[in-house]
Amino acid sequence: MEDPRVEECEHDSNKTEEDTQMEEGEQNNKDMEVSPALISVHPTQNSVAVAVGSDLRVFNLLEDCAVTLVDESGGTSHNDSIRGIKYGANGKLFVSAGDDKLVKVWSTESWRCISTVCSEKRVSAVAVSHDGLHVCFADKFGVVWVVDLPGFDGTEGPLNKKAVPMLAHYCSIITSLEFSPDGQFIISADRDFKIRVTVFPKKPLDGAHEIESFCLGHTEFVSCLAFICSPDCSQGILVSGGGDSSVRMWDIISGSLLDTCEVGAKTGQLESDASEGNFSTVTDICTIPNCTLIAAAIQSLQGIMLLSYDLPSQTLSVAKVVSIVGEIFIPTSLGSSISGGLLWMVTGASKLRSFDLSSLSRVKVISGFTKSSPDSSEQEPVVLADSEIPGGTKLLEKLQGSISIDERLSLAAADAVKTAMCNLLIKKQYTVEKREFRKRTRNDKKSKQ
Amino acid sequence: MLENKASPTINKSTGLPRKRFYRARAHSNPLSDSHFPVPLSPSHVDCSLHYPQLFLSSDQIDSSRKIQFADIGCGFGGLLISLSTLFPETLMIGMELRDKVTEYVKERISGLRVANPGQYQNVSVVRTNSMKYIPNYFEKGQLSKMFFLFPDPHFKEKNHRRRVISPHLLDEYAYALQVGGIIYTITDVEELGEWMKSCLENHPMFEALLENELEADPVVKLLSTATEEGQKVARNGGQNFRAVYRRIAPAS
Repeated sequence: MEDPRVEECEHDSNKTEEDTQMEEGEQNNKDMEVSPALISVHPTQNSVAVAVGSDLRVFNLLEDCAVTLVDESGGTSHNDSIRGIKYGANGKLFVSAGDDKLVKVWSTESWRCISTVCSEKRVSAVAVSHDGLHVCFADKFGVVWVVDLPGFDGTEGPLNKKAVPMLAHYCSIITSLEFSPDGQFIISADRDFKIRVTVFPKKPLDGAHEIESFCLGHTEFVSCLAFICSPDCSQGILVSGGGDSSVRMWDIISGSLLDTCEVGAKTGQLESDASEGNFSTVTDICTIPNCTLIAAAIQSLQGIMLLSYDLPSQTLSVAKVVSIVGEIFIPTSLGSSISGGLLWMVTGASKLRSFDLSSLSRVKVISGFTKSSPDSSEQEPVVLADSEIPGGTKLLEKLQGSISIDERLSLAAADAVKTAMCNLLIKKQYTVEKREFRKRTRNDKKSKQ
Repeated sequence: MLENKASPTINKSTGLPRKRFYRARAHSNPLSDSHFPVPLSPSHVDCSLHYPQLFLSSDQIDSSRKIQFADIGCGFGGLLISLSTLFPETLMIGMELRDKVTEYVKERISGLRVANPGQYQNVSVVRTNSMKYIPNYFEKGQLSKMFFLFPDPHFKEKNHRRRVISPHLLDEYAYALQVGGIIYTITDVEELGEWMKSCLENHPMFEALLENELEADPVVKLLSTATEEGQKVARNGGQNFRAVYRRIAPAS
């Protein structure tokens, strides 16, 4: 990815060096603005939420109708790309945040915005404590902020609270934030290959200073986190996916790496387009409750990879790939509920440069994960047809914006997301000449013009 | 490794490097991601590379001997050299961001090892950004002493976040230090001294050492005398501001 631009810079003598530098910067910025579509499912599947760009779309499955969000702070939801959405507090709350530097907390009963918190920087990840008392969000400079939500009842007006910094990864973009199942720890993952496990204190507003462990082992940025709940350990088993095409399993108390699954190698066997083999970042992972499976969305994979884990032996391995046929679908985000037994997927992006439509989202569902014994002929996971998914076409109309999707958009979206993630998270390796050149064009020097 | 005979950068009679060939600006940007290898995790730190006489091969897993002292921003290595003979059984390492300065310290240690057989085998230096990579080098509770001598003050308020002692980074230093381990800081810049003291005072996992404890600790005196920077301050008649704290278990 880097080499073509370096060569341009050195051989092209017609443009001034400043022009090339600026173009490169602009191109990078535009690419980075593309934001992937996100999906989140209510713990008991009462509702499903999709975020595309600044648009937050929710469908109420209990009442089988689209949800209208109520936001008294003016305007409907966000002004710029949403980068993180999550249900929390056992389903009572929903939080959304992103590039508009706003963190919005919604009640999932009334879908009213009960609190808008301002962030100093763009937000890259969000999490809600299980007791619903605290919302944490991470910004692109590595600071994790916390804001408290005292017990609320739906009739109070929107609270505008101020967040305080709780912990930080020094100058690193935080890609994912998760609470352990027992709420004892908060896990933060960054682009410098690190995962930090911090004790979540009784008074988080005073800061979370006690680091329990670091989970080190990824050889590229960590992109996503998920927890396996286990009756034997209340803090759960952490699973992470990264830019190094691996999914890893961790013991968060000791920080030790339990097992690694190199998924990149497996997708290579399935893809005819082997030239893109390097970029098999694990985009998202999701545990599927009631069976020992983890679903992983991988760049360039049309479908998802199912990994199975075995807790007694603490191992992780590839179980099967569920391909999506009939249309181009590379998931950008995954979600599942604790009870439903379905895997929800969305693909899409916003701010696509070369298309009239500024954003796209397409939702699909996989079902058929059963807790089975090795001998029984198990039901195969199957991709549901549009009419078979809960909520049916009504849900698709709301969450996708329309029922049918242009295929070229799907491919463009997947490509754009891949580029954006790479530009943002993979550290640029400059040659010595390029570094010297960059020093010359530093903007803190007085300009001679 | 450089040959002493051929290179003018090494003083022929002492075998030690000449500082003027290793001069670098005092300031280095801690935010830039320079080109140096970073160990994937503490178990990937190759002690046989740093302490060849003490770890005969990299395969030998000698889990009983671990690095215990870390000099963060060790500069030209003055403190480490003094500590090496004061604590001959302890493994210690210096961390420095500047390339040339790290090379100087490497040459210095090399020269001293040759000139004093059996000594200085317990000290080494590594070029790294300690504000980002401390967890990569040290396990939880591994260190018993951490040193921050005359750190970059980063005077402008907008640059305060680049300071090596800050409320957030203290979490990581507390992680690397064992309970009872000690963090030593010193500076000749009063505002920075106040800042570091207040960061440590407000952190729940550090408590100040008492006067009598400071007097009893042989290392404390070295803070102002052992390093280049400290000697410069003394020559100019400046004042030093110290903050020495002990890592404690957080009150639960």
